[in-house]
Amino acid sequence: MSATRKGYDGVVAAVPVTVPYERFSKESAHWWIARALRQLCAQAGVKPSEIDGFCVSSFTLFPDTAVGLTQHLGLTARWLDHIPFGGASGITALRRAARAVQAGDTRMVACLAGDTNHVDSFRRTLSSFSRFAQDASYPYGSGGPNACFALLTDHYMRHYGAKRQDFGAICVAQRQNALRNPHAIMKKPLSLEQYMAARAVSDPIALFDCVMPVAGAEAFLVMREEDARAAGLPHAHIRSTIERHNAFADDPIQMRGGWAMDVDELYGMAGLMADGIDVLQTYDDYPVIVMMQFEDLGFCEKGEAPQFVRAHDLTIDGDFPHNTSGGQLSAGQAGAAGGYIGLVEAIRQVTGIAGPTQVKDAATAMVSGFGMINYDRGLCSGAAILSGGTA
Amino acid sequence: MTTTADPAALLTGLAQSLSSGAVKVVDLTHTLDPDFPVIVLPPEFGQCAGFRMEEVSAYDHRGPAWKWNNFTCSEHTGTHFDAPVHWISGRDLPNNSVDTIPADKFVGPVCVIDCSEGASQNDDFELTPEIITAWEAKHGRIPEDCWVLMRTDWSKRRGDAYLNMREDGPHSPGPTPEAVRLLVEERNVRGFGTETVGTDAGQGMHYTPPYPAHYILHGAGCYGLQCLNNLDRLPPTGALLCTAPLKIKQGTGSPLRVMALVADNGAVS
Amino acid sequence: MTDPLSPPPRKNPQKRTRVPTRPSHVRSRAALGFAAAAAEGRFMLQTCAECGAVQYPPRDACGSCLSVELNWTDVSPAGRLIADTTVRISTNVYFRERTPWRVGTVRLDIGPSVMCHVHGDVAVDDPVRLSIKLDKSGQGVMFALPQKATPNMEDDPHMREMTCDPKHRRVLITDARNENAPALAQALAEAGASLIFVGEAESWHPYPHRATLEKIANVEIMPLDVTDTASVTELAAEIGGKTDILINNARFVRPGGIMDRGDVIFSRDEMEVNFFGMMRLAQAFGPAMRGRGADGDNSATAWVNILSVYAWSNMPEFGAFSASNAAALSLSQCLRAELLQGGVRVMNVFTGPTEDEWHQPLPPPKVLPAALARAVVGGLKDGLEDVFVGDVAKDLIDRWRAGPKILEREMLDTRGQG
Repeated sequence: MSATRKGYDGVVAAVPVTVPYERFSKESAHWWIARALRQLCAQAGVKPSEIDGFCVSSFTLFPDTAVGLTQHLGLTARWLDHIPFGGASGITALRRAARAVQAGDTRMVACLAGDTNHVDSFRRTLSSFSRFAQDASYPYGSGGPNACFALLTDHYMRHYGAKRQDFGAICVAQRQNALRNPHAIMKKPLSLEQYMAARAVSDPIALFDCVMPVAGAEAFLVMREEDARAAGLPHAHIRSTIERHNAFADDPIQMRGGWAMDVDELYGMAGLMADGIDVLQTYDDYPVIVMMQFEDLGFCEKGEAPQFVRAHDLTIDGDFPHNTSGGQLSAGQAGAAGGYIGLVEAIRQVTGIAGPTQVKDAATAMVSGFGMINYDRGLCSGAAILSGGTA
Repeated sequence: MTTTADPAALLTGLAQSLSSGAVKVVDLTHTLDPDFPVIVLPPEFGQCAGFRMEEVSAYDHRGPAWKWNNFTCSEHTGTHFDAPVHWISGRDLPNNSVDTIPADKFVGPVCVIDCSEGASQNDDFELTPEIITAWEAKHGRIPEDCWVLMRTDWSKRRGDAYLNMREDGPHSPGPTPEAVRLLVEERNVRGFGTETVGTDAGQGMHYTPPYPAHYILHGAGCYGLQCLNNLDRLPPTGALLCTAPLKIKQGTGSPLRVMALVADNGAVS
Repeated sequence: MTDPLSPPPRKNPQKRTRVPTRPSHVRSRAALGFAAAAAEGRFMLQTCAECGAVQYPPRDACGSCLSVELNWTDVSPAGRLIADTTVRISTNVYFRERTPWRVGTVRLDIGPSVMCHVHGDVAVDDPVRLSIKLDKSGQGVMFALPQKATPNMEDDPHMREMTCDPKHRRVLITDARNENAPALAQALAEAGASLIFVGEAESWHPYPHRATLEKIANVEIMPLDVTDTASVTELAAEIGGKTDILINNARFVRPGGIMDRGDVIFSRDEMEVNFFGMMRLAQAFGPAMRGRGADGDNSATAWVNILSVYAWSNMPEFGAFSASNAAALSLSQCLRAELLQGGVRVMNVFTGPTEDEWHQPLPPPKVLPAALARAVVGGLKDGLEDVFVGDVAKDLIDRWRAGPKILEREMLDTRGQG
């Protein structure tokens, strides 16, 4: 039995919002999410009471969930979701919200992700991240995701001959992009020499392979196309999406993500191929994962990402614009908002409102998400292709 | 010894003598100490418990203003008293336990037979009737109802020299059966005491009867004292011995403070 | 190759003793099976009773067939190191103090991939033998060892964190009079213990093997009577600050149960030595040991209790003795919880009848002092928590695990069977 997937006709993503990040914050996740919601309402020209759908992702909201936030923020939602999928949260939120709006269960969904960053909150998040992490990875050196991704990176390098310089090329290009993003945490240029000379964190991962945990929030609105048009809001069409969890469980160590299972459907639904993508926003918690996305999302063959990186310019003005806001590596990782940063930037890109990071003539963007290193590998993956519309 | 004086005057005089120092009090007791040896029996038998002390509080959270200890030991630990009921031969006698012995038996005269020279040369030195009669020839006949103590200077021994255990058991001086019979049956002594861990010789199990001091003394209702100290500070005769055991119900013996009143007339050796 | 561990220098008295810290100890209930396996040095994983799939990490339902019948099973520890990293920045203070710290991914021949600590003598792509060790938090962790032993491998600094190796450590063995004492002292001397204090009670009567003890390298006989609080306290005042391993070797044993004894005298002695003895030692030596759990290469590391296996199920012929050991076993669990705070391990060595005067009428097999000593030193080197010495002990614990009530009935008929 095969069912044909329905398109996302009549539903759009709009109102990309970023609350500028801070390295540390004494405030709570509630505070950051509230600021994002307020900005979202202001830019959309709606009152909080008009928002009838609400979707939240956050690591530091404990003991609250989206439910507690409705009362805290004065919302009366008829559709509510809480998505704890880390770096895949943005794509998942988009998919769920779009279907809910399309089905008429809700009129508009405010999708938000935000986290605070207290001095000790990173350690706390790590030590209680997941049961398998608590049982089977955190006790081993407590290097957190750095150590887990170091193992994947080590294995990837041995297997495919990737060099540190190749990862460095990704990081250096993103820093160049970040220098054009006024909200990026990283403000100084990064050279390949600096990248190579950086302090080792968990071999072969060094300082500039790691994201900087920050406080911040990202948000967007999913709404009917007709409402967006009526309000004069720039908006993006959802051409296709995929989502997959715990793919390739028998791989001894992660060398591919769930995208590889679904990439054909991703392009098939959108009716285009990789060469039709003008700008790519990957999930960049570590550059090795970026390489896997290049491969698994069809931009190059498996194992050829190092050569791909060597052959392309990943900056905003380059031949392969990638992570144009600087990504998490240079703009910062605001917890679960790290799963939104690419999507929010992609909406800006395809609607032509990215400002200083705008890629010229970017009509179609791909965003991918990756999340939750539950034990030894990221379990969640997702991707979406967006195209601009006219206001 | 004569008792012509008015008893009250006698006591007053004694008190005066004690305060003037004309009568000295000699402590014949070892300190109760966990390290002080106790008799060792073959291990399949129950053993004599050594002295042990547990602090209950010491001006601390367990009791802020006071210090005190609980202690445990055997009736036969340290310097101690043996009642007739201690031995099978005395088990059916009247007033045979420490709580029923008449209190007047706890104060009385004492003769000290010095065997220290012999004991210094022979760990198994025996107190014989001959030695007793030789002592009497010098100091007079042992009076009735009197304590007789065998001085060996064994109390000066320390560590494993005290029990002096060898493959065939302990070796320490003690009386022969004949000597005990002489004291008990012909002199009607009140009791017999030693510096060693028992009233019997270390090898006393090889006599007939085995452990003659215990068997014969207690069978006749007499008492024992062991692990005595400072016997070298007593005169052969003329001292007064105070030996009050704890009043333990049905007790077979008791650690106690043994004291002697001694006239300070230069007779102390 | 591992560099041999040098004797630690004398401590700088002006430096603060490092406060013991711990790796993360939080685990799911399922994951506690690793601590149980590590306690005995076994390599066990959950295996599905229905489909046979080997599971890792530990879980509550089979990842292949959803059966909830997952049994901890001894499985092959063979695998290959497929990736490694050296953690240089850790969020946990314990690791932070010990970085660089190497971890890796081992692909087990039986299937799962395992994140693990990695011995310094293992390189990526090498075949390895995974073992489950107890870490300083008392939890079981995976440790990849060379497939074949390498020179000085026990001196690997991270491995030494997981074991209680006596090498260069100072040991106190209680009860010199116990017939085990010379064999224990000899085995520890051979294992490289730098100082072996042997506690001696009742020095006022001799015992046959004192001369043997005195001749063993690094042995110092010290006064110690575990039934005498003052004596225990005095010795702790003297050597408590340099006791790295304490071997609670004192035991009082007499045949008999309840009615044939007719009194509680021996039973009190049994409790005084076997139960209160441990408690007195723990009160006197425990705090200093707990405080010295991270005190360099000769940190305090282990507390060993030599217990009767009849602590698990009463042997009526030695009924009161068994009971005193059951009490001691329970107390050892309390001690384990308290010493864990300093990363000091409590290892219980359970023995069946030993070759001594009190078990003389029992038929063989009986445990010889040398076998007991080997088990103690071996357990320390492997970092174990529960060691069963000899066939009788191993058989009994097997039966206990199969069904304590059934074993209780079996024990009714063990008279003369040991």
